[in-house]
Amino acid sequence: MPPPPAPEPGLPGDLAATPVLGRWLDFGVDGVVTIATGKVEYGQGVWTALAQIAAEELDVRLARVRVAPVSTATSPDEGTTSGSKSIEDSGAALRQACAQARRAVLAAAAGRLGADPAALGMRDGEVVTSSGGTGLSYWSLGGPGLRDAAGPPVAAKPCAQWSVAGRSAPRIDIPDKVTGRPRFLHDLLLPGMLFGRVVRPPAVAAELQAVGQADLPAGVIDVVTDGSFLGVVAETDAAARAAARRLGHAARWKVRDSLPDENDLRSFLLGEPAEISVIARRRDPAAAARAARTLTAEFSRPFLAHASMAPSCAIAQVQDAAVTVWTHSQGIFALRRALAAGLDIEPRRLVVRHAEGAGAYGHNGADDAALDAVLLARAPACRGRPVRVMWSREDEMAWAPLGSAMLARLSAGLGPDGRIQSWRQDVWSNGFLGRPGTGGEPRLLALAHLASGQPMSAAPDGPPVPIIGSVRNSLPGYDIPDVEVTRHRLLTMPIRTSSLRSLGAFLNVFAIESFMDELAAEAGADPVAFRLAHLADPRARRVIEQAAQMAEWPVQRGQDAGLGIGYARYKGTSGYCAAVAEVEAGTEVRLRRLWLAVDVGRVINPDGVINQAEGGAVQSASWALRERVRFDRAAITSVSWDSYPILRFTEVPDVTVRVVAAPGEQESGAGEVAQGPVAGAIGNAVAAAVGVRVRDLPLTRDRIIRAIEAG
Amino acid sequence: MTEPADLTVRLTVNGRVHEVRADPELTLLDVLRGELGLAGPRFGCGAGLCGACFVLLDGQPRPACDLPAAAAAGRDVVTVEGLAAGDDLHPVQQAFIDEQAAQCGYCTTGLVISAVALLRACPAPTSEQVREALEPNLCRCGSHGRVVRAVLKAAAAERD
Repeated sequence: MPPPPAPEPGLPGDLAATPVLGRWLDFGVDGVVTIATGKVEYGQGVWTALAQIAAEELDVRLARVRVAPVSTATSPDEGTTSGSKSIEDSGAALRQACAQARRAVLAAAAGRLGADPAALGMRDGEVVTSSGGTGLSYWSLGGPGLRDAAGPPVAAKPCAQWSVAGRSAPRIDIPDKVTGRPRFLHDLLLPGMLFGRVVRPPAVAAELQAVGQADLPAGVIDVVTDGSFLGVVAETDAAARAAARRLGHAARWKVRDSLPDENDLRSFLLGEPAEISVIARRRDPAAAARAARTLTAEFSRPFLAHASMAPSCAIAQVQDAAVTVWTHSQGIFALRRALAAGLDIEPRRLVVRHAEGAGAYGHNGADDAALDAVLLARAPACRGRPVRVMWSREDEMAWAPLGSAMLARLSAGLGPDGRIQSWRQDVWSNGFLGRPGTGGEPRLLALAHLASGQPMSAAPDGPPVPIIGSVRNSLPGYDIPDVEVTRHRLLTMPIRTSSLRSLGAFLNVFAIESFMDELAAEAGADPVAFRLAHLADPRARRVIEQAAQMAEWPVQRGQDAGLGIGYARYKGTSGYCAAVAEVEAGTEVRLRRLWLAVDVGRVINPDGVINQAEGGAVQSASWALRERVRFDRAAITSVSWDSYPILRFTEVPDVTVRVVAAPGEQESGAGEVAQGPVAGAIGNAVAAAVGVRVRDLPLTRDRIIRAIEAG
Repeated sequence: MTEPADLTVRLTVNGRVHEVRADPELTLLDVLRGELGLAGPRFGCGAGLCGACFVLLDGQPRPACDLPAAAAAGRDVVTVEGLAAGDDLHPVQQAFIDEQAAQCGYCTTGLVISAVALLRACPAPTSEQVREALEPNLCRCGSHGRVVRAVLKAAAAERD
């Protein structure tokens, strides 16, 4: 085959990688525009926003736009749906693809009509002239140009002319979700489908010694063993569940303690061998010499769980040598490559299809469940029938990858003028980039349990820049002359870690924003004024000023109440968010209110942005106040909603989000902007309310009382 | 291999009577999702701790995941699929759409069930009463504020 032509310069990256326009949109169904994206929906509303972008650029009503299911067989490979980049990546590609398709249709219509293309317009998909409709449309013209590669970039519609994008369109997926229509992967019932369950080891480090004698229920098709992998397939889920329970009781395992002391994570993080990298260095010795007072403090977070509402689930069908997988993975293309590599299957024989799962907040168990399903479905006794595997709640909490525990040590020098002159930040953590295929390793749970299996290596953490991994947002966004940030990535991984919403930004911003308040106090400054004094960026200043104004900062709310502020620009390069928290510290510490101001540039769906920011704020509050993965020396023990509590309806604060308009700025995602600022705001509000600072998350009642007693 | 007991139970679900196997391993949720093909009640935890599988059992919200199917015999089971009147959504469902009160939506059907039960018992709840009534339901995406607004809106709509 000749090499593909070089993509046109200036095209959005994903369109340059998949340049044929027909891979992005199709007019094959009369009156309908079907758009294709490689980004998957998991409740963040991205399909609605992408449909709005397409409708806007094509000049069709939003109701005409449908989003094609995402599959490795048909969809553009847009990598993983993560990092709040779907609107930036897929939105830009679709907008350009639609703009080019629209232009090609107008050119074709002009040829038919003998008209000047510039004299033609588009009205809900029909080509129009100044005197009205022409009868020609996207559908009647059959999508000329869709088989071609994208040409040089064409100007997209200016947002001042938008009528569909930029407005709060209702989400296209919500009606199904309130009526209970089948929509989730968990609802998919394929003809002849069997049900599988995996019996996980009783400890992280365990070897299966004997399957033992179990009295299996009727309907069991097969028991699959391979090394320490033990699974069962049955005609019904109830039978598979019962069989797995009985197999679990009968199996004999050799178990080894391999986990650190959950009550001394500091020693674990500081004591393990680590790879040390300088993440950022900006030296100004003269400024550093002006520091008259130096403050140092350590901040930490425990391991955190995704704790999705639905356990991980997957379906696999193995027919002859062809494998089809249905998954709620955030990265179906990477999963396909990892399954192919891990199971030694030719990639072309593998199709991975996405279906929605419950909310995903990073790399959860979806990919691992897909491998489980293939391992069971390829058993000869399944005879090519599809096998669905759903994890138990306990396995979901114990075996899905976790967000790493972290420690951040901060040190800063204040000048005599009360300005920060120097800043040092050291971050200790396991890696956050443990998704399938990262570092050339499949990184799927059960592979390590197979007879041929290799233990999973410690998770990578990305290049040494403060936008990714454990050191995301470790470089303070403030104007400080002398700065150095260092990462200590652990080279052992007793507890499997990977990406969880906002990666290291949650702790780094909590630490930086807590420390900013400590420095402000040292300088005798108001926390808001102190931040503004160190910020020249007008967008940063504006979100802080707006959040402070929303909360009527610094008006006090009573004896036991405290206000706190937190701010960050996500990744240092993406959306801006400032949050103010109001905490009441009576007999209980209670988070009453949160006010957020967010600037994510040009906005496609304002209510979508607000929904994401609200949700991020509540989840961040839950992490900051409640959540901590528990374990003994052998296994994760926080395996239920009782042992891993999250914020409940009576505990969730009132959240008010204001979207700060920035129509001239590049779109950026909203799903993660709130995580760090909200944690910082809560920490500062607790400190303001009780008079002492708690630097270790979660900020539980016991920890606050201990801090008060020690204070 | 043990044989299942060769017995059936009669269940009334959304007003219709069904005969299903009385396998002791079968939960009410297994029957609703499997035998009856009702996707609305969702599996979340299997221990009645998250609310995703809530149904109305004789009018009261209750998890279906930890209830043996046989224990629902002779009782009135209503799932979220049984709330709409023809094409007209229940006011609570409509209010969830109006308020865009969901993210992933996996917990939504359980929340709708809890809210419907609340409004039958207490047609004009306060915000605090709504939160109390939804306390057994978990939401991981953080849609709580919208959900409370939706329930209050549905209450107001039903009174009109």
